Amino acid sequence: MTFLGLEAEMLARLQFAFTVSFHFLFPAFSIGTASYLAVLNALWLWKRDQAYLKLFEYWKTIFAVTFAMGVVSGIVMSYQFGTNWSAFSDKAGPVIGPLMGYEVLTAFFLEAGFLGIALFGRKRVGDTAHMVAVAMVAIGTLISATWITAANSWMHTPAGFSIDANGVFVPEDWWRIIFNPSFPYRMTHTVMAAFLTTAFAVGAVGAWHLLKDRTNHQARIMFSMAMWMAAIVTPIQIFVGDLHGLNTLKHQPAKIAAMEGHYETHKDGAPLVLFGIPDDEAETTRYAVEVPKLGSLILTHELNGEIKGLKEWPRDQRPPALMPFITFRIMVGLGFLMLGVGLWSLWARWKGNLYDTPWLHRVAVAMGGSGFVAVLAGWYTTEVGRQPWTVYGQLRTAESLSPVSAPAVGTSLLIFIAVYFVVFGVGVYYLLKLMRRPPTPLDTDRELDAGPIRTAGIMPGAAQDHPIGGRHGH
Amino acid sequence: MDIDLSFVWAGIIAFAVLAYVVLDGFDLGIGIVFPFFRKRRDRDVMTNSIAPVWDGNETWLVLGGGGLMAVFPLAYAIIMPALYMPIILMLVSLIFRGVAFEFRWRTHHESHLWDFGFWIGSSVAALMQGISLGALVQGVAVQGRQYAGGWWDWLTPFSILTGIAVLVGYALLGVTWLNLKTSGEIQSRSAKLARPLSVALLALIGAVSLWTPFINEIYFERWFGWPTAFFSSFVPLLLALCAFALWHGLTHGKHLQPFLSALGLFVLSFAGLGISFYPYMIPGVLTIKDAAAPESSLKFLLVGAAVLIPMILTYTAYAYWVFRGKVDPHEGYH
Repeated sequence: MTFLGLEAEMLARLQFAFTVSFHFLFPAFSIGTASYLAVLNALWLWKRDQAYLKLFEYWKTIFAVTFAMGVVSGIVMSYQFGTNWSAFSDKAGPVIGPLMGYEVLTAFFLEAGFLGIALFGRKRVGDTAHMVAVAMVAIGTLISATWITAANSWMHTPAGFSIDANGVFVPEDWWRIIFNPSFPYRMTHTVMAAFLTTAFAVGAVGAWHLLKDRTNHQARIMFSMAMWMAAIVTPIQIFVGDLHGLNTLKHQPAKIAAMEGHYETHKDGAPLVLFGIPDDEAETTRYAVEVPKLGSLILTHELNGEIKGLKEWPRDQRPPALMPFITFRIMVGLGFLMLGVGLWSLWARWKGNLYDTPWLHRVAVAMGGSGFVAVLAGWYTTEVGRQPWTVYGQLRTAESLSPVSAPAVGTSLLIFIAVYFVVFGVGVYYLLKLMRRPPTPLDTDRELDAGPIRTAGIMPGAAQDHPIGGRHGH
Repeated sequence: MDIDLSFVWAGIIAFAVLAYVVLDGFDLGIGIVFPFFRKRRDRDVMTNSIAPVWDGNETWLVLGGGGLMAVFPLAYAIIMPALYMPIILMLVSLIFRGVAFEFRWRTHHESHLWDFGFWIGSSVAALMQGISLGALVQGVAVQGRQYAGGWWDWLTPFSILTGIAVLVGYALLGVTWLNLKTSGEIQSRSAKLARPLSVALLALIGAVSLWTPFINEIYFERWFGWPTAFFSSFVPLLLALCAFALWHGLTHGKHLQPFLSALGLFVLSFAGLGISFYPYMIPGVLTIKDAAAPESSLKFLLVGAAVLIPMILTYTAYAYWVFRGKVDPHEGYH
């Protein structure tokens, strides 16, 4: 049975790709933002400069909206494994499940438990406990990232298990499962990507307001902080990305072949294909623009290092090449653009005109969404490059599917598409609206600035609980 | 040892599900009764009464789902495809409900749309949870290690009845929570609404309870066979006690007692389900022991759960304590 001409497997893959892509955007932003809030709050407590408090209040509202969207889209993920990938859940659940269980127990509850206090409880619990709550939320997001990348990494580079008579993965060594070969690289790369995503979003907001009013103190602070992150973290990220690539070459060489658009094995130095269109049917990359030997130099750090081509693997064990090839180039291209912005900001800072270079600000505004695009592009590269396996080399995607008919998967896919575009489209619009507010005085009259009052006032003094205003009808 | 761990985990998962049902139950209930409160200010107070805690409450649902995959992967792998549509619809509804909390503050013109989303999201999520429960009680077709039924098997008169029962039950939790956390007009209207809801819920619990034993002879044996009937009979007796406490609380203007009594009804209904199900995960098909993950999985997660769940309960209690007491409708006006 098919649905709009598509088999259940393809529909299930599309559905998972769709829901996880949307979901990923929110934590990619909230991981960095949570840490940013913790830094801002610490700076406020330390220096007692009102500007930091204003920035904290400004970004916490944006964080709250993002976090809510991350939560609701994340709940979907924890059930998607069962609804669409039940055979995978049955077999790999004993390994993947406990990792995600730990994510819930160590991270989700921590974030949820302290979120209300962090956002709206400052006056109720005092500065110290409030700082602890803010830090707990930030730590929670990082713990969460650690567990979920451990689980994801294990699907790429499985280790520490045996397989029983039913095809079930039986955990043998949890240390090796968690610290599987690709985990350290993937986790570092992912968390830094999240920080860069936030840095460029914050930088864009700061730059936008500097373009309107370059004397705005708060806009200057956020732009400066963001550009420090861009300048320092981007080079490290490129370095880590390179290490991650080398790790992939060792453990998933077919993925590298797809990313690089190589069908033939190059024994004495592979070229770097800058552009081209990989064609899996014809087993060649069309219109290739190549730099001789550079591919081997980057991947093996030797001019004549051997790079295997896709033809080394039977057709039914190759990932599709076109998508990883393109998305990888998008990610890398954006990475170098980010580096350019970072270096430019250093130059402008050194010249003393960081806040007076409108073209830098315009470029920073244009780069505001670059982190999100890069994160998704990198994610597609690694996940499509894992095909045709869910657990690399062990369990095929086709064998992971639920026994659910194509119409059921197709219908639910259409529901998800409709709902996500409406709900999260509107959500992003509200976020942009919040970011358009100038980060100026603590305004008690602007009703739409604040979120719901999370306080339920019985204590005296609670009325001053939210200087930025919970809701102000008048 | 093997057996012990899987039963320990069955207890933990059951606890997570129960925690979810009672905690998010009153959150969803407030959404369900939104149409009875027309004023924007009233709705602000209602959502503010749960805004600091709803996210934590919903996390129990993630623990229920994620935990089931971790320690009873086979049950998870069979139940999720069997309940495909109700689960998907529940998830989509929870999206509307969850974002409405934040979104309704972001706009003047469209706030009534998000209030509508809050209502429909809460209501459909509750309905689908009840329908899922009913479908599971009815049993699912299994072949080998997989679900073997169609994608509409879940929709039956019985599952619709349990769906409505959960909807009404959550609404009762919601209004008794408002009776506890609000004052003035909202409180008095909530208390008034609680009476017909109580009557309806007790009637629905009765209907479901009488119907269940005739669905599967396992259930019949459990409730009417000797000696299990002796122990089973405590459940209806305690239910009657809770019903009395609920009614007494409502007619005597108590604030806390109706809410606790409504919680009691849920806990006892849940216990009743446990009696019907035990020792099965999926009635008549898959036992707790057969559904369990390998021992290494159970052990690994149990070490963490034993330490972390008490910590979670502690800081969750702290968060409730920080935001204790009646919601002040004038908070924010100064």
